[in-house]
Amino acid sequence: MVNKNNVKIHVENLKKSFGKLDVLMDISNDIYEGEVVVIIGPSGSGKSTFLRCMNRLEDITDGKIIIDGYDISSKKININKVRENVGMVFQHFNLFNNLNVLENLMLAPVDLKKKTKQEAKESAIRMLEKVGVEDKVDYYPSQLSGGQKQRVAIARALCMEPDIMLFDEPTSALDPEMVAEVLQVMKQLAADGMTMVIVTHEIGFAREVADRVIFMDGGYIVEEGTPLEIFGNPKEQRTIDFLNKVL
Amino acid sequence: MSQIIDTYGLILVKAMGQTLLLALLGLFFGCLLGIVFGLASVFNSKISKAISAIYVNLIRGVPMIVLAFFVFYGIPYGLRTILGVKYTFTALQAGTICLALNCGAYMAEIIRAGIQSIDPGQMEAARSLGLTYWRSMFRVVLPQAIKNMIPSIVNQFIITLKDTSILSVIGFPELVNKAQNVISKTFKSFEIWAIVGLMYLVVILILQQVAKALERRLNRGK
Repeated sequence: MVNKNNVKIHVENLKKSFGKLDVLMDISNDIYEGEVVVIIGPSGSGKSTFLRCMNRLEDITDGKIIIDGYDISSKKININKVRENVGMVFQHFNLFNNLNVLENLMLAPVDLKKKTKQEAKESAIRMLEKVGVEDKVDYYPSQLSGGQKQRVAIARALCMEPDIMLFDEPTSALDPEMVAEVLQVMKQLAADGMTMVIVTHEIGFAREVADRVIFMDGGYIVEEGTPLEIFGNPKEQRTIDFLNKVL
Repeated sequence: MSQIIDTYGLILVKAMGQTLLLALLGLFFGCLLGIVFGLASVFNSKISKAISAIYVNLIRGVPMIVLAFFVFYGIPYGLRTILGVKYTFTALQAGTICLALNCGAYMAEIIRAGIQSIDPGQMEAARSLGLTYWRSMFRVVLPQAIKNMIPSIVNQFIITLKDTSILSVIGFPELVNKAQNVISKTFKSFEIWAIVGLMYLVVILILQQVAKALERRLNRGK
């Protein structure tokens, strides 16, 4: 599945600070086509910030991020064009509350003229079937459960037909009984060959689905490797301490 | 009482017309100013935020009666003595400027607060799909913010309508100004002020009903 000949996300000496607070110290990494990368780490380790730099929801303080050949750390790049190919799923779903499910899915493809209204509607319904909420097309976000919201949010991102999907703690705001239905959709997506970067606390999911696990702490990548290496035989003391707490 | 209404009723009704004209002009330009400065105050730029803050604080910090005197008397005098330019405003022009500036500052605050009441995640989600800042603002954030703003906007409309009475001081023939004229002829201050008060009340109650209907319409489908 992983195509080592095609680097989708190239990160080079990335630094990020909020005012005087340094959040990302010096991060370098390559993420390949079709790869599923799970980022774990204690809160405040910078994992969400790292993810949000990948579509420049956070401005990059220093260093480089190159997505599909586009250097998004350069101010000259049209970031909106890059974002069309990088879907994002948020912890708090962030469905557009003023629009119903179908409108949520159709807004961006139609507004950005990627699709006609008819095409957008058809693909929206296809995506809703894929995530299993096709019966809720005319519901408003406030009428959905957390799990349904998150599945709609995934479908919304997929409607732009992105090459890369970023997930920022997609199950952290869900009731326990709804976590599985969202993870199931993500597993399917991984099986379809999507390039995915996932920040999560779901160790079981990481073990099962990830091609590579990155452990972050204090703004650095402390350790990375296959799930077997990281969970079975962690080398760094900080990784061991963290895993002892969460497993 | 009926004699007063027979003789002066038409004058007062016409004066109410002038009040409404001034209020509409003030509200129209005030809303435009409010939208521009309200959006400027949330836009991610220090300069636009600063300009907006200066405008809002300046207007909020000066009583409108002072602003009215300054625009109507002060500015033409300044133009003449400092720049040697002869220019005067009509009372309607000066009144519209004052009302619009005043209404605009408060509207800017209402719009700023309304936009900031919306979860930043809404903007982020729209941006993450590739929409520009302004498309995200107009398609996602503002439609939600406007719903929250409606009660405050209606309140501001009512205040602006009542504030037109302040412009009687620069001689604009609105309701209070005309009522003073009528009283100076009839000395019936009790009856006239009661009638004038009632007239404002009726107009504002009608405005409130229209606003309520509008609010219901906007909240439909939710």
